Amino acid sequence: MELHEFTVSEAAATVRRREVSSTDLVRALLARMEALEPALGAMLHWDAEAALAEARARDAEPPIGPLHGVPIALKDNLSVKGQFCSCASRILQGYRAPYDATVVEKLRQAGAVLLGRTNMDEFAMGSSTESSVICPTRNPWDFERTPGGSSGGSAAAVAARESFAALGSDTGGSIRQPAAFCGCVGLKPTYGRVSRYGLVAFASSLDQIGPLARDAQDAARILHAISGPDPRDSTSLPDAPPDFVAALGRGIRRLKLGLPREYFSGGMDADVEQAVRAAVRVLEGLGAEAVEISLPHTEHAVAAYYVLATAEASANLARFDGVRYGRRAENPADPLEMYGRTRAEGFGAEVKRRIILGTYVLSSGYHDAYYLHAQKVRTLIRRDFRQAFERCDVLLTPTTPSPAFKLGEKIQDPLQMYLADIFTIAANLAGVCALSLTCGFVEREKKLPVGLQIIGPWMGEETLFRVAGAYEQASAWHKEAPLG
Amino acid sequence: MNYEAVIGLEVHVQLRTRTKMFCGCENEFGAAPNTRTCPVCLGLPGALPTPNHAAIHLVALTGLMLGCEIAPRCKFDRKSYFYPDMPKNYQISQYDLPTCRGGGLEIMRESYPKDAQKKVVAGRYIRLVRIHLEEDVAKSFHFETASGIDFNRAGTPLMEIVTMPDLRSPEEAFAFLSTLKLVLLYGGVSDADMEKGQLRCDCNVSVRPVGQEELGTKVEIKNMNSISGVRRALAYEIERQTEMLRGGGRLTQETRRWDEAAGATFAMRGKEMAHDYRYFPEPDLLPVDTAAWLDDVRRRVPELPLARKRRFVEMLKVSDSNAGVLVADCALADWFEKAVKDVTNTQGVANLVVNDLLRELGAAGKGVTESPVAPEALGALVALTDAGRISSSQAKEVFVEMFRTGRAAAEIVTERGLEQVSDAGAIGKLCDEVLEGNAPIVVQIRAGNAKAVGNLVGQVMKLSKGKANPAMVNAVLHRKLGL
Repeated sequence: MELHEFTVSEAAATVRRREVSSTDLVRALLARMEALEPALGAMLHWDAEAALAEARARDAEPPIGPLHGVPIALKDNLSVKGQFCSCASRILQGYRAPYDATVVEKLRQAGAVLLGRTNMDEFAMGSSTESSVICPTRNPWDFERTPGGSSGGSAAAVAARESFAALGSDTGGSIRQPAAFCGCVGLKPTYGRVSRYGLVAFASSLDQIGPLARDAQDAARILHAISGPDPRDSTSLPDAPPDFVAALGRGIRRLKLGLPREYFSGGMDADVEQAVRAAVRVLEGLGAEAVEISLPHTEHAVAAYYVLATAEASANLARFDGVRYGRRAENPADPLEMYGRTRAEGFGAEVKRRIILGTYVLSSGYHDAYYLHAQKVRTLIRRDFRQAFERCDVLLTPTTPSPAFKLGEKIQDPLQMYLADIFTIAANLAGVCALSLTCGFVEREKKLPVGLQIIGPWMGEETLFRVAGAYEQASAWHKEAPLG
Repeated sequence: MNYEAVIGLEVHVQLRTRTKMFCGCENEFGAAPNTRTCPVCLGLPGALPTPNHAAIHLVALTGLMLGCEIAPRCKFDRKSYFYPDMPKNYQISQYDLPTCRGGGLEIMRESYPKDAQKKVVAGRYIRLVRIHLEEDVAKSFHFETASGIDFNRAGTPLMEIVTMPDLRSPEEAFAFLSTLKLVLLYGGVSDADMEKGQLRCDCNVSVRPVGQEELGTKVEIKNMNSISGVRRALAYEIERQTEMLRGGGRLTQETRRWDEAAGATFAMRGKEMAHDYRYFPEPDLLPVDTAAWLDDVRRRVPELPLARKRRFVEMLKVSDSNAGVLVADCALADWFEKAVKDVTNTQGVANLVVNDLLRELGAAGKGVTESPVAPEALGALVALTDAGRISSSQAKEVFVEMFRTGRAAAEIVTERGLEQVSDAGAIGKLCDEVLEGNAPIVVQIRAGNAKAVGNLVGQVMKLSKGKANPAMVNAVLHRKLGL
């Protein structure tokens, strides 16, 4: 087996046993990146020397944590002191973060080595990684198709074995949807489980950082490393992380699996539905019980999401004005012109669309009809989930209505693009945790992975890992790799 | 037609906290530019605010001092507008759930400008709408070809107090701000120095014919940097509006800028240019439940200046004007309370403090906390006069010496031989001497001119070099003359 084929667990174990060095692992992944990147476009930037220096430092000391010496890639919206943090936008050209995000500190404390920065939709706004101003990322299973988004670079890098795992961020499905398209495990933790300090905000009440990994065990290890309370994030929850890895082997006997009927009611690719239903049967075979349930306000989720997420984004992105950092328009006549031109030149079309939409829904005279109304819908959606979790331990849905779509297929049609997140958005609105894993493949021009979404209650990640662990025990989909 | 003014104020107060509102940077005035900043108060991508609870407590304390209702749960909101001194281009503020609502403040008579004491309407109570907490913005500096921004002030805690349109004159506004400032100083909430920008005031002012219920067109005036500046700006603006209406003109709702040098207000922006702040709840901060700590804050509410003044007048028999002077400076009133601790003649202490101590402090350019005379030492001096050992005019003399040298009163009295002669034998001898030498006056007195005793008392005093106890001299002479 080649080094880049390791999982996080394998990499950590072999480094710990000193069978390979962290430096060897970094070299192997750098070589993989050199070979694939020109075509794949999963990474935005990486500093080979810095990564090797970190690896050598880990090699020179006894293990300091469970991820000792394991290289991990980061989405380009996370702050690492001294590193570029472009969010794949022109407006942050040249900006280097002067501080570390909390997840970065925690990964370092666990011994991980920071490998490089992954591509994304500009400011995490998109579902295909095509709104990156640098380049689109391609799906490792079929270069004609998108890896999903916005964490498409992270998903593609992990699937293509350029990195053992990566961090992404998920506001409406931005970890789970690309994980499904690329055949990875992707987890959006419960809102507040992972500190957002240092994550460039898109929609503050929806954003969560989470892992993209090869299998559930790797995701569990990384989640354990990055979660926990943080005094710098007022919205982080006080709970210390439990032993997620131990949950993987706990079995799912008598677990109740809810199938929300609103998620299985037409509009879905027939092959995707077949794969998901097959996965449900596998889980039933392992002792779980599937029941049909209802999340009655599901149909309003996408609309409410695009009001609330854009409203928050319109304020969050107001700071990119050319005054203090990043790009500034040249020779403006006055501050107003500086703002106008800096932002006109610095933001891409999708980001502008969302800023304008968000500004509109908060404007006086429209605030109540849009923003307030959407908040009420959000409350109802949260209640749907609370009631569902009174009857079930987890909910099962497809992660996406179809497998990976083609580059250029939806980029001209924002509404079609927004509907790519139709199954993932509600979990963000409710704040619950959700995980996507591969539950089969469909044949199009090429073989494409299909994602199963497991939604758990608030702070219910252990249950997600019980189900994911049991499923991976009974299946081999997660062992499939693209690109040979 | 006569017009009256209707005035409401929006007062911004910088809170005295150790750190800024949403980060750990020092809240400090006067540091080198951009040396008190961090990712949070610079609005860097990814940085998150965390609330400074000490600031929230100070707002609640202010609310308790001003009789406000403290919200059981308050929250923060984002107020969006673009300005180079706003790091995030939104300000974290409180919109629909402010920390305090209602309440009000009774204006103190002493707070009116000296030249307007005749206009004072006693017991004016100005109602408040609300008090909320927000973060301050940075400070812009404009140079010849460029501008600079100092972010040291960005993110420092700022409290906004909004009054009802209850004020009716520039003098009342002046007095309200002066009383308010005093209350803030008493609570240790702020240093409240308007010249340092610690207290800032925008005024909403309109005029209407006397007797009319309906309010006139409102104009907001900004950029006053002293309390007397507020008075001048309002006087100008009321005059301008009244003239406009008298001349048949119409006023427009607008914001005007006070130019201190020109002594006039100038149009800044009209109603149509008003911002749409697009408020929505700050998703990075959780709502704050006040019940958990409100009782602790309640215990920190001090005796307020007006109550203290009433106590000085009623319990300590201090004159109304002296009490007013004393409570106008919290430190002075504290000093006074220490001085009267073991003294029965509290009026005497008040007189010495208000007349002599303040005069000497003023001449020396010192504050009361730097007084070379300790309050207990002044108390001891008054005790000497009360015991009849020195006269009150001597006490004034001794005080000047105490202030100059820092020595104790008794020491100075002994050294200068100032002690009064209260020995009956010695006084009797002096009286005999004077009676012998003034036979014609004695005759006059015996003939019924009792007033002439004063002449003899004066002569005895002169003979004693002013040391004889005048009351005793008077009594002895009366006895000897059989009066």
